Amino acid sequence: MTAIDLGLPEIGGLAGVPTTDARQTAKDFTSDQEVRWCPGCGDYAILAAVRSFLPELGLRRENIVFVSGIGCSSRFPYYMNTYGMHSIHGRAPSIATGLSVSRPDLSVWVVTGDGDALSIGGNHLVHALRRNVNLKILLFNNRIYGLTKGQYSPTSEVGKVTKSTPMGSLDHPFNPISLALGAEGTFVARALDSDRKQLTEVLRAAAEHRGTALVEIYQNCPIFNDGAFDVLKEAGERERRIIPLRHGEPIRFGADGEYGVVRDAATGVLQVRKVAEVGEDAVVVHDATLDDPSYAFALSRLGGQDLDHTVTGVFRSVSRPSYDDLARTQVDEAKAAKPADLGALLRGKDTWTVA
Amino acid sequence: MTADVGSSPTVSHGTPAPGRSAEVRKLDRVVIRFAGDSGDGMQLTGDRFTSEAAAFGNDLATLPNFPAEIRAPQGTLPGVSSFQLHFADYDILTPGDRPDVLVAMNPAALKANLGDLPPGGTLIVNTDEFTKRNLAKVGYDGDPLEDGSLEAYTVHRVAMATLTKGALEETGLTKKDAERAKNMFALGLLSWMYHRPTEGTERFLREKFAKKPDIAEANILAFRAGWNFGETTESFAVTYEVAPAALPTGTYRQITGNTALAYGIVAAGQLASLPVFLGSYPITPASDVLHELARHKNFGVTTFQAEDEIAGVGAALGASFGGALGVTTTSGPGLALKSETIGLAVMTELPLLVCDIQRGGPSTGLPTKTEQADLLQAMFGRNGEAPLPIIAPCSPADCFDAAVEAARIALTYRTPVLLLSDGYIANGSEPWLVPTVDELPPIEVGFATEPNAPDGSGEFWPYLRDPETLARPWAVPGTPGLEHRIGGLEKAEGKGNISYDPDNHDRMVRIRQAKVDGVAVPDVEVDDPTGDADLLVVGWGSTYGPIGAACRRVRRLGMTIAHAHLRHLNPLPGNLGDVLRRYRRVVVPEMNLGQLAMLLRARYLVDAISHTKVAGLPFKAEELQGVFTEIIKGVAA
Ligand code: SF4
Repeated sequence: MTAIDLGLPEIGGLAGVPTTDARQTAKDFTSDQEVRWCPGCGDYAILAAVRSFLPELGLRRENIVFVSGIGCSSRFPYYMNTYGMHSIHGRAPSIATGLSVSRPDLSVWVVTGDGDALSIGGNHLVHALRRNVNLKILLFNNRIYGLTKGQYSPTSEVGKVTKSTPMGSLDHPFNPISLALGAEGTFVARALDSDRKQLTEVLRAAAEHRGTALVEIYQNCPIFNDGAFDVLKEAGERERRIIPLRHGEPIRFGADGEYGVVRDAATGVLQVRKVAEVGEDAVVVHDATLDDPSYAFALSRLGGQDLDHTVTGVFRSVSRPSYDDLARTQVDEAKAAKPADLGALLRGKDTWTVA
Repeated sequence: MTADVGSSPTVSHGTPAPGRSAEVRKLDRVVIRFAGDSGDGMQLTGDRFTSEAAAFGNDLATLPNFPAEIRAPQGTLPGVSSFQLHFADYDILTPGDRPDVLVAMNPAALKANLGDLPPGGTLIVNTDEFTKRNLAKVGYDGDPLEDGSLEAYTVHRVAMATLTKGALEETGLTKKDAERAKNMFALGLLSWMYHRPTEGTERFLREKFAKKPDIAEANILAFRAGWNFGETTESFAVTYEVAPAALPTGTYRQITGNTALAYGIVAAGQLASLPVFLGSYPITPASDVLHELARHKNFGVTTFQAEDEIAGVGAALGASFGGALGVTTTSGPGLALKSETIGLAVMTELPLLVCDIQRGGPSTGLPTKTEQADLLQAMFGRNGEAPLPIIAPCSPADCFDAAVEAARIALTYRTPVLLLSDGYIANGSEPWLVPTVDELPPIEVGFATEPNAPDGSGEFWPYLRDPETLARPWAVPGTPGLEHRIGGLEKAEGKGNISYDPDNHDRMVRIRQAKVDGVAVPDVEVDDPTGDADLLVVGWGSTYGPIGAACRRVRRLGMTIAHAHLRHLNPLPGNLGDVLRRYRRVVVPEMNLGQLAMLLRARYLVDAISHTKVAGLPFKAEELQGVFTEIIKGVAA
């Protein structure tokens, strides 16, 4: 088999999607459906952030589509006054792939959860990432099954006691960021439901990315897994644990920026160190555009399942042709090369005539 | 000889044709089977002979038989590949029950196929492969070519490999490469025996090996050597002519079911002026449809090889949501995986074409063999009440019409449609009267463009229905003012919002059923030439050929019999109940354990006899003839 260099120009994530000059507000993106998540659910904050961030893209509302799977988070499309499909458990990325490939004029968003994306739909997620379909995937991670009322999920910490695991869960959890980077996702980011500012920044960057953007959003489920991320929100703890990434800036954190991420010269492993001990020059300057995903992967390993450290922001944002652009280019080239002569196709090369 | 019509073939003895040394006999039909090791190129040989027969104007039908294993050891029984071809001077319906001529390239091919050759049949054997070792490999104690066990047949012993190598001596090819052309030697010999035109094959070989002209020349030399061998040696005293068939006038080509299906999908997109999106995952015997469609992107066809069966149908449904003709192709195991998404298509009422090229089941079953056992899966294989229209083509060429028809229903009624082909017609081929494109009726799609709320609110109600078809509007993303959300949860009638209301659910379940029940389906036609038959045979799908051929045989025996063949399995034709009641007995032959019979008995309270076979092979006309005559005698007694 031969590989063909498709040599596409770099384009923005929203190229081809019609825009509008009309002023839009969050209200324009609010459907008439009553929002039915439990009171205090982190999904509300994410919904609010998405509704109020979309107007700044200036897209025509009818050219935005939200596709979801099944789970609490997957109710999301009903609350958006755009086109939407609430599909089947785990399958949203595949449905969105067909939609995105056949419609370059749409901005397609996938809303999914830890069970939907990583358990039943794990296969579709990694293949969307590998193909780099032009989808924005928002993965609400609450580390629990909410809709089915409280079983452990593929991101639950080992030993999680739930209805289905009264003696504690046994399986090692996924780190969604590591997983996405392992699939060579071209845009991988993490944000917290409670940090509107960073969430909005990440969403904006995702929208502008051409290809699959995976955004993991830590989301609290007050009913079945309350406080799962509290340590990341408490003053004092927050500063010590959250490692925010900013492209081009040294990776420092702590109340006074006293910690930094450094690379071990011998092993290449990334580690957290006191800046005072290693010196400012030793602190790694974040580069999200590195082609080799192993750097971003190493960043994703800085935090464990106990959230001792949690890296947030854009881990990786690199340019690679998106599957849908490539697929459409092939169709366009075929059309240009050969007219669509149905009669000629049906007749083929070898015909005979009965008179 | 086993004739489609139950008669002996018309044979007229004659003198050698001018320029020919052998006597020429005229036949009305011949069945040839090429059999060899899977590395011997039997499929190509069969294909080429088929093209020659087609170009000559015969009617024909073919039956390839692939080994189940990807690469069985050379010279073993599991490695045998064969290709059967039936060609005639009249319209035939099947590839023939048994070969009249068997070409066996090695002992394994002889052993695996000899049982099908009737006494008196012609056997052409490549003697070079009949070594002690090869004979032992397939369990022959002695050499069947020497021990008299083939006395019942007319045996031609030809050292094909040696002769081919001899003919290619000058070419400078290695012995091994030269020997590979022996299938073309066999083709040349058979082409001589049956007076086939040769230009097509020579042209084909030049094109196929355009990048390797020395291989092309070697194959042509081998082909000519085979021809000349027949002409110059005395071992073949007779050659045969099968005159062109008197088929309806028009332009013909040869086509397999899978190619016809792919063309039907391309045509449907063109007729509906919609892009086609195929989401598919490789699976035998459906992959050829994916391969074929992948070559026709110039018709606005996108092919997506998904990560699994579920993603294949999911992407197709996503494309349908976006306004394309979404298609997925698969076989039984894949259909099982797609059920949930097909259910979503039922619920969201979006057009979707699902093609199941059935194979032997359950589970992985017999991937390369044919069966019709997915009918009930197609009918009922989803959770909840999830009805959808089902269409089954009856022959290779019919796959084209069936695909267009299935797409028309999907687009008109906004519903998933299941098309049930099978391995027999998918891989088999026959002449196809190529349709005139201008005469194919366009498919009207009509996307929604305006708000439709009956209350004048200016809202868009995605589940408001066309009173005629009960189809809901297809409003694709990008249409301003029609933003809406659909999904797998139950919908409120009209407005389409989520609804858990019990009465609404009851109503919606019944509406979805009524929509499918109301799909316009033509009455089933009954083939009952005398109009006074007692026995009606009801078939569906690929059994059309064998049933039709068996009915002809029964009639030749002076008995009457009627045949109704169902193309639409859901909904069933409106006149079917009356048709069934008109006959004293009804028999339903199927390559499953009686799935259509069960539906007919349940629906019409008809005491249908179910005749079944699940051997991975199509029915033989001969066996059905026996079944039918027994029943007729029983009714008369
Ligand atoms: S169960 Fe948890 S995740 Fe689901 S809506 Fe309620 S709070 Fe939110």
